[in-house]
Amino acid sequence: MTQAKKPIKGKAFVLGKNIDTDQIIPAAHLVYSLEDPEERKFYGKYALSGVPAAESGLPKGNIPLTREGMTESEFAIIVASDNFGCGSSREHAPAALEIAGIKAIISPSYARIFYRNSVDGGFLIPFESVEDLSSRINTGDELEIDQENHLLKNLSQNTEYPIKPLGSVADIVHAGGIFEYARQNGMVPKRKPVTE
Amino acid sequence: MGMTLTEKILANHSGRDRVSPGDNVWVDVDVLMTHDVCGPPAIGIFKHQFGEDARVWDKEKLVIIPDHYIFTTDKYANRNVDILRAFAADQDLPYFYDVGTDSYKGVCHVALPEEGFTRPGEVLFGTDSHTCTAGAFGQFATGIGNTDAAFIMGTGKLWVKVPETMRFVFEGKKLPPYLMAKDIILQIIGDIGTDGATYRAMEFAGPGIKAFTMEDRMTLTNMAIEAGGKNGVVEPDEITEEYVRSRTNHPYTKVYSDPDAKYYSEHYYNIEEMVPMVAKPHSPDNKATVEEVEGTWLNRAYIGSCTGGKLSDFKAAAEILHGNKVKLDTYIVPATTEIARGLETETHFGIPLIEIFREAGCSIGNASCAACLGGPADTFGRLNSDEVCISSTNRNYPGRMGSKQAQVYLASPYSVAASAVTGVITDPRVFIQETVI
Ligand code: SF4
Repeated sequence: MTQAKKPIKGKAFVLGKNIDTDQIIPAAHLVYSLEDPEERKFYGKYALSGVPAAESGLPKGNIPLTREGMTESEFAIIVASDNFGCGSSREHAPAALEIAGIKAIISPSYARIFYRNSVDGGFLIPFESVEDLSSRINTGDELEIDQENHLLKNLSQNTEYPIKPLGSVADIVHAGGIFEYARQNGMVPKRKPVTE
Repeated sequence: MGMTLTEKILANHSGRDRVSPGDNVWVDVDVLMTHDVCGPPAIGIFKHQFGEDARVWDKEKLVIIPDHYIFTTDKYANRNVDILRAFAADQDLPYFYDVGTDSYKGVCHVALPEEGFTRPGEVLFGTDSHTCTAGAFGQFATGIGNTDAAFIMGTGKLWVKVPETMRFVFEGKKLPPYLMAKDIILQIIGDIGTDGATYRAMEFAGPGIKAFTMEDRMTLTNMAIEAGGKNGVVEPDEITEEYVRSRTNHPYTKVYSDPDAKYYSEHYYNIEEMVPMVAKPHSPDNKATVEEVEGTWLNRAYIGSCTGGKLSDFKAAAEILHGNKVKLDTYIVPATTEIARGLETETHFGIPLIEIFREAGCSIGNASCAACLGGPADTFGRLNSDEVCISSTNRNYPGRMGSKQAQVYLASPYSVAASAVTGVITDPRVFIQETVI
C-alpha cells in the first residue's frame, strides 16, 4: 500500500509515450495468481517485459526493468512520456509494477483505467508532471518526490520540476485505496480480523 | 442548461437532478460483467475485503462470461475458469456462461447484448476495457479494474468522475457499399489520437447514425477506448429498441441528450465521402487510407474479436471470399457461439458462410478472444514470430497479438478479406465494384 505524504525516493526508469498494458504485462502472463505469494512474483519478473528492448530504460535503452533471474527491480520510480497505461483494463498492470517494486510514476498524462486502477487498488501513485520529463531524466538517476511541495527532485542532476497536486483522488490515494477510503467514510463495514 | 446522455444517466443513477463534468458521483450499478482473466483476482479481492462467506450484492446483476483463454492447455488459464465455476456455484449465480457447456458464449462484449444485458439508460461496468461497446445501446458502459469490480460485488456502487462529452456527428444517408463502421472509427481515432478522448465520453450522433445497424454501432463504441475514451454512446432509437426487445423483456428507460447540452467539442463526418482506412503498426491512431498502403507485403489475415468478429463482419468477408482462394494464412474466429452457428445458417448466394470460408482455404476457430490478445503460446491464430498481419481486431500495440516482432495492420473485414485474396494490402473497392457489375 502506498504511504501517505512521505517523500518517495529511488532510481528512475525512463520510458517513451503510449506504454500500453500489453507492454506493461504481456497477455501471456496474465494467468498467474495475484494471491499466491510465490506465483505473484512472476508479475515482478515480467513487468514491462513487453517494451521493445531499444525503448526500455531510456535514453540508452536495452535495460530491463527487472534483471534476468530477479523478481524485483532496482528501480522505484517510472518516468514516462504521454498516455501511460493505455490499452486494456487489466489491473495486473499496476499490480505487476508494484510487485516489481515501483512506488510511483511521473507522466504528463495517463490512460484513464490505468490511472483509476493505480489509485483505487492502492498499488502506486500516478503523479502528473507539468512537462514531459522523459527526455530530461536518465534511467538510473536518483529521484525524490516531495509530496508536500509538489516537486520532483533529480538528485543526480541537481534539478527539480513541478508536479501537479493529486486533486480529487488525493483522499483515496492517502487512504491507501478505495476500500480503505470507503471504510473511513462508513460506506463499507470495518474489516473483520483476517484469519489466514 | 441541458445535459448530455452520459450526464443524464449518471445523474439518474446517483440520485441527483443534475451533474456536471468533473463531479465525482457514486452511482448504482445495473450490471457488472467479468471474465476469466479479471474475474478470479476480483473474486479474490471481494473475499479478502468482505469475508470468505460474503454474498454478492445482487446475483441477478452479476454476469460472468469466460472468453479470453479458453481453448488452451495452459494450466493456469484453465485454473482461472475453475475459480469462476466454483464462485458461480457457491454464490448460486444465474448468469455464468460456463466453458464446455451449451451455455458457453464466447467474447463477452458481443455475448452481453445477445443475452439481453445491454439496455438503454442503464449503467454497466465490466472488468474489460472494451466494455464501452455496450454504449451502442444508449447506456453508460465502461471498463474498470479488479478492485473496483470487487467493490461493486460487495456494495453495488462505484464512484465515477462525470466526463465531458465529445460529439461525433455523422452526415449523409448511407454507408457506401465498400465502407464499414470500422473504417469510420479508424478515421476518427487517427484524427484525434489514442489519447484524444481520454477521460471523455464519445457520443456518436447525427442523421447518418440511422445508417448504422446495432452491430455497426457496436464497432464504433467498441473502439472508443482506443481513443482513450471513458465511454462511447449512441442515443437509443427504433433500431436499438428492436434489437433489445428481441433479446429481453427487462424494463428500461430511454435517455436522450438535451438539445442545449454542452459538448467539449463537435466533429463532423460525411459518411458518404469516407474511404477504407487502416491503422499501421504499432498504434491504432497510426492512420492511412488503404489506398496509401496498398501493395504492402503480408503473410497473415485475421477476422475475429469483439470489434470485427460479428455476423455482419463475416457476411462482409464472405462477399469477397466467395469463389476466391486466400493467398495468406487466414484465420476466422467468430466472437460467440451464436455467431458460429450463424456461419452455418447464413448464406451468400445460397452457400453457407462457413462453406465459403472453407472453400477459400481459411482456418476456422472456436468462439473466443483467441489471438486478438495473443494469449498462451498455443492460442489459435497467435502471431508467434515476425508475421505481418492484417486484422479486423482493435489493437496493434507491440506484442498485442503475440510476438513483439510481429506487425499488425488494423482494418475492416472487407479490407482484410480483399488482402487475404491478393496476398498484399488491397482496397476492397477492387472487389466490391466487381461484384456490383
Ligand atoms: S476480443 Fe479482443 S478486444 Fe475483445 S474482449 Fe476479447 S481480447 Fe478484448
